[in-house]
Amino acid sequence: MTIDVARIPDAPNRRLGDTPIVQHPYIPLTDDDRKAMLATVGVRATADLFADIPAEHFRPEIDLPDALTELELLDHTRTLAARNRTAADNACFLGAGAYRHFRPSLIDPLVMRGEFLTSYTPYQPEVAQGTLQTIFEFQSLVCELTGMDVANAGMYDGASALAEACLMACAVTGRKRIAISDRVHPNSIATVRAYAHGRDIPVEVQPHGEFSLSDEYACLAVQQPDFLGRMAVAASEWGDAAHHAGALFVVAADPVSLGLFRAPAQYGADIVVGEGQSLGVPLSFGGPYVGLFACREKYTRQMPGRIVGETTDTNGRRGYVLTLQTREQHIRRERATSNICTSQQLIALSTAMYLATLGPTGLRRVGELCFDKAHELAARIEHLPGFSVEDDEPWFHEFVVRTPKPPVEINAALLERGIIGGLDVSDIRNRMLLCVTEMNTADELDRMVEALAEVSR
Amino acid sequence: MNDNRLEPTLHELSRPGRVAVTMPAPSRRANIPPELLRDELRLPEISQLDVVRHYTRLSQLNYSIDTQMYPLGSCTMKLNPKVNDAITAMPGFADAHPMQTADQSQGSLAVMHGLQRILAEITGMDDASLAPLAGAQGELAGVLVIKAYLESIGEKRTTIVVPDSAHGTNPATAAMAGFNVVAVQPQPDGDMDLEHLREALEEHGPTVAALMITQPSTLGLFDRNIVQVAKVVHGHGALMYGDGANLNAITGQVKPGDLGFDVMHINLHKTFSQPHGGGGPGAGPIVVKEHLVPFLPSPHVVLDAGGSTLEAGSNRGSSNLHPPASSFALVDPPFSIGRLGAFHGNFAVLLRAYAYISSLGGEGLRAMSEAAVLNANYIRARLRDAYYLAHEERTCMHEALFSAKKQKAQAGVKALDIAKRLIDYGYHPPTMYFPLVVDEALLIEPTESESKETVDAFCDAMLAIAREVETDPELVRTAPHTAPLGRLDEATAARKPKLRW
Ligand SMILES: Cc1ncc(COP(=O)(O)O)c(C=O)c1O
Repeated sequence: MTIDVARIPDAPNRRLGDTPIVQHPYIPLTDDDRKAMLATVGVRATADLFADIPAEHFRPEIDLPDALTELELLDHTRTLAARNRTAADNACFLGAGAYRHFRPSLIDPLVMRGEFLTSYTPYQPEVAQGTLQTIFEFQSLVCELTGMDVANAGMYDGASALAEACLMACAVTGRKRIAISDRVHPNSIATVRAYAHGRDIPVEVQPHGEFSLSDEYACLAVQQPDFLGRMAVAASEWGDAAHHAGALFVVAADPVSLGLFRAPAQYGADIVVGEGQSLGVPLSFGGPYVGLFACREKYTRQMPGRIVGETTDTNGRRGYVLTLQTREQHIRRERATSNICTSQQLIALSTAMYLATLGPTGLRRVGELCFDKAHELAARIEHLPGFSVEDDEPWFHEFVVRTPKPPVEINAALLERGIIGGLDVSDIRNRMLLCVTEMNTADELDRMVEALAEVSR
Repeated sequence: MNDNRLEPTLHELSRPGRVAVTMPAPSRRANIPPELLRDELRLPEISQLDVVRHYTRLSQLNYSIDTQMYPLGSCTMKLNPKVNDAITAMPGFADAHPMQTADQSQGSLAVMHGLQRILAEITGMDDASLAPLAGAQGELAGVLVIKAYLESIGEKRTTIVVPDSAHGTNPATAAMAGFNVVAVQPQPDGDMDLEHLREALEEHGPTVAALMITQPSTLGLFDRNIVQVAKVVHGHGALMYGDGANLNAITGQVKPGDLGFDVMHINLHKTFSQPHGGGGPGAGPIVVKEHLVPFLPSPHVVLDAGGSTLEAGSNRGSSNLHPPASSFALVDPPFSIGRLGAFHGNFAVLLRAYAYISSLGGEGLRAMSEAAVLNANYIRARLRDAYYLAHEERTCMHEALFSAKKQKAQAGVKALDIAKRLIDYGYHPPTMYFPLVVDEALLIEPTESESKETVDAFCDAMLAIAREVETDPELVRTAPHTAPLGRLDEATAARKPKLRW
C-alpha cells in the first residue's frame, strides 16, 4: 500500500529511505539528509539498520487506512464527534462520578502552554521548576482542601487512588482485608477489587453505616458524598470504629463538596482520596482525570506516587525537586510502594489553576449553587404526581428520585426533549440518580420539571 | 520580591479579599445542616492578572518539546501536533459524559473501537484494551490477565522473570500482581542470555508465569534471540509479556505478535504522541493474543451483534473502519480482570493517538520508525569517538546508549555533569543512569521529529562538552550555569521534607 500522492498537490513522489512515501509534516528528514546520514553511519540503506529483525518477520503488511491530511482529519473527527449526543447541546442531569462544572477561561490557554503541555516528568529540576513548583502548589492545595498533612502529585483517577489507598492501608497495618461501604461508586469498588486481587487481598463490601470491623481489617473505605449523593453525619463514628479496630479510615471525597463541607481530617480520616475531575476538568468521556491522594504525616513514606519537596540550589535560591524517591519503582523496583510512574500531571495542574482562580469564596459559591439548584429541582420534582425524592439523609448535589416508570423509558423521552437524564439506580423500585450543578440554568430546571411531568402522564 | 525565589507561590501571592473570578450569587440561602459545614477554607486569594502571570512565568522555567530538543531516552519526546489538541477540544468529545449510554456515545466508541483494531493490527495481536491509564497500569493489567489466564487453566504460578535491564515499573508491577521476581542478565552483546534464561526457568520450573521483556530493549537494541526466547518460555508453559515502551523503533517494521509475544502494553504518550504534560496524562493500552481476550479489563468496546461485522483485511479506508452508527457497545469481557479506573480509560489521550495514527497511515508509521532509527544511529556515529559507546559492534534502534565512563576516568566528570552541561547549550539532557546495567549511562533518543540540522547541532554540543571535559572539567562539573537555578540539594529535600506551604 502506498500513499496516494495525487491527493497532495505538487507533492513529488519521493522515496524516503526505502519506503515510498511523500514528505510528511511530522518527519522532517529529506532524501538528501538520509543519504548524508546513511553515509556517516556507514550503511547502504535504512533497512540495514533493522538487520537484527528476523528476515521472515521484517516489514509485514500493515492494514491501515491511508494517511489523512490535517484538513481531512478534522473533517473525519468532526463527523465522529457529531455522532455523540453530549452536554454541549443538551441539558445534562447526569453525574455519578463525573461532574460538569464551570471552567474559568484562563485555564485552557495557560494549561495548554507548550512549556507545560510538552515537557516530561521533571527529572531535571534545573529546567523543570515550572512543573515542580506547580506540583508543590497542587500538593499544598490538596492538603488545604482535605485538611490532611501531606499529599502526593496525583494519581491516575479517583478510583485507582482509592485502590492504592486501600493497598497502602494494608502495607501500613500489615493486614490483609479491606472493608468498603456499599455506597462507594460501584466502579471504584470494582477497581479496588482488581488491584486487591493482585496481592490476593479480600475485599468485603459492607452495608453502609452498619460496618463491622475486627483486628483483621486494614481499613474501612467510605465515600463522601456517597454514590447516591448523601453526606454522612455519622462519619466520625465510623472513623472511631476503624481506629478502634486498629484499621485506617479511608475517605473518598468529592473536592468541590469540600468547599462547603467538613474536611475529612475533621472526622478522623487517615487517607483521603478524590476524583479531581470535578475541579473544572472537561468530561471527555471519562478521562483524563486526576486522583487526589493525601494522608497523615506519619504515613508519608508509605505513599504511592511522585512527591515534590522544597529545597535550595547551590546559590541558596529556593527550588523544588522530586523527593522521597526511595519509595518509587525506579529505585526500589519490586519493593516500591506502587508501580505508578507517568501519572496525570497536566490535569493536576489544571485543577490547581482552578482552585487558585476560584479561591475560597468562589469554591464555596460553586458548592452553594450546586446545593441550592439541586434542592430546588428536588422540591419541584417531589410535587410531581408519581415522583418522590429520597430525602431521609442530607445530600449535596445528587439525589435519588423514585419514578413512576422505569428510568430507561423516562430517559429516552427526556433525550427526545434535549435532556440527558439521570443514572438508572433501580432496585425493586424504579429509581433514578439526578445531579444538578451550577452549570444547569433556571431554564433547564424548568424544562426538566415540565418534561418529567409530561413523560409520566 | 525576595530574590531567593524565582516565583512566589500561590500562597505568597494571596491577599485577603482578592479574586480572580466571581461566581453568581445563589438565589437562596443554602440550608445546609450546620454540623456538616466546614469552618475554614484556606485557599489562595489572587487577582486575575497575578494568576495569569504566575502560571505564564512558571511555564517559562521549563524546557519542553515545543521549545527545544528533548532527547530523553525511553521517553520518545516527539512532536505533539496541535491539531490533536484541537480535536480533543471539540465539544462533541469534550462534553461527552462517561455514564451516558452507548447509543448516545457512538462517536466516542467508534474512536475507541477503531483504535483497538489499529493497535492490534500494528502489533500483530488479536485484540486490545484501552482501559489502562499509563504504561505501568498497562503492565499491571497485562500481568493480571496472565494471572487470570493461568488460574483458568488450573495453574498456580508465582514467579515472573525480569531482566536486570528492565524499567523499574516491570518488577514493581510483578510484585503488585502478587508475583515473586527473578532477575536474569543480558549477554555482553545486549541480547537475552538463552543459557541463563533456561537455567532460571529450570530452577524455578513450573512456578514461572511469564517473562517480562522490553523489545527493543532498554539498551536500545533489538534482541536477536527473541524468537528463541519465546520458544523457551512457551516450552515451560509460561507466557511472553512485552513492554512496548520502545515501540517507536519498530512500528511498521515488525509485529511483536509475530515474534511470540502473548501480551504487551503500548505507551500512547511515547510512540503515539500524546503530549507528556510534565508527567501525564498518558495511556497504556494492552494488546493480547486470542487466548487472553476473555480476561481483558473492563470495559471493552465491541461491535454490537446487530451491527455489521468486519472481515479481517477489510478495514482499508476510514469509512470501513467505522461501521454504521449505533453499532458499538461497552461490555465486560467474560472473565475480565475487572476495572482499572472509574470509566473507560483516558479517552482524550486515546483520541489524540487515533488522530496521530490517522495522520500518518500505515506507510507513514513505517517512515516514522525508520527516521527515528536513522536519527539515533546517526548520533551514535557522530559521538562514538568522543564517548564510550555500549555495544559498539551493533546498530541501535531508536535510541543510542552511551556511557560517560571515559570522562569519569579522565577527569572525574560524570554522566550527571554532562547532562547538566547540555542544559547550558539549550538542550534537555538525555536519560541518565538508566538502564542500570551500564555505568554512567546516557541514553539518547532523538525521535523522528528532529531535523538533521537540529540533530547535528545537538551532536556538536555533545562534542564541545567532551572537549570541555579535557580543557576545563570544572566548568562541566559545576553546570548548569545558565539555567534558572543551579544544582539543587536533593539530599536535604529528602532528609527534611517540606512538601507543602
Ligand atoms: C521501558 C519502560 N517501561 C515502562 C514505562 C512505564 O510507563 P509509564 O510511565 O507510562 O507508566 C516506561 C516509561 O516511563 C519505560 O520507559
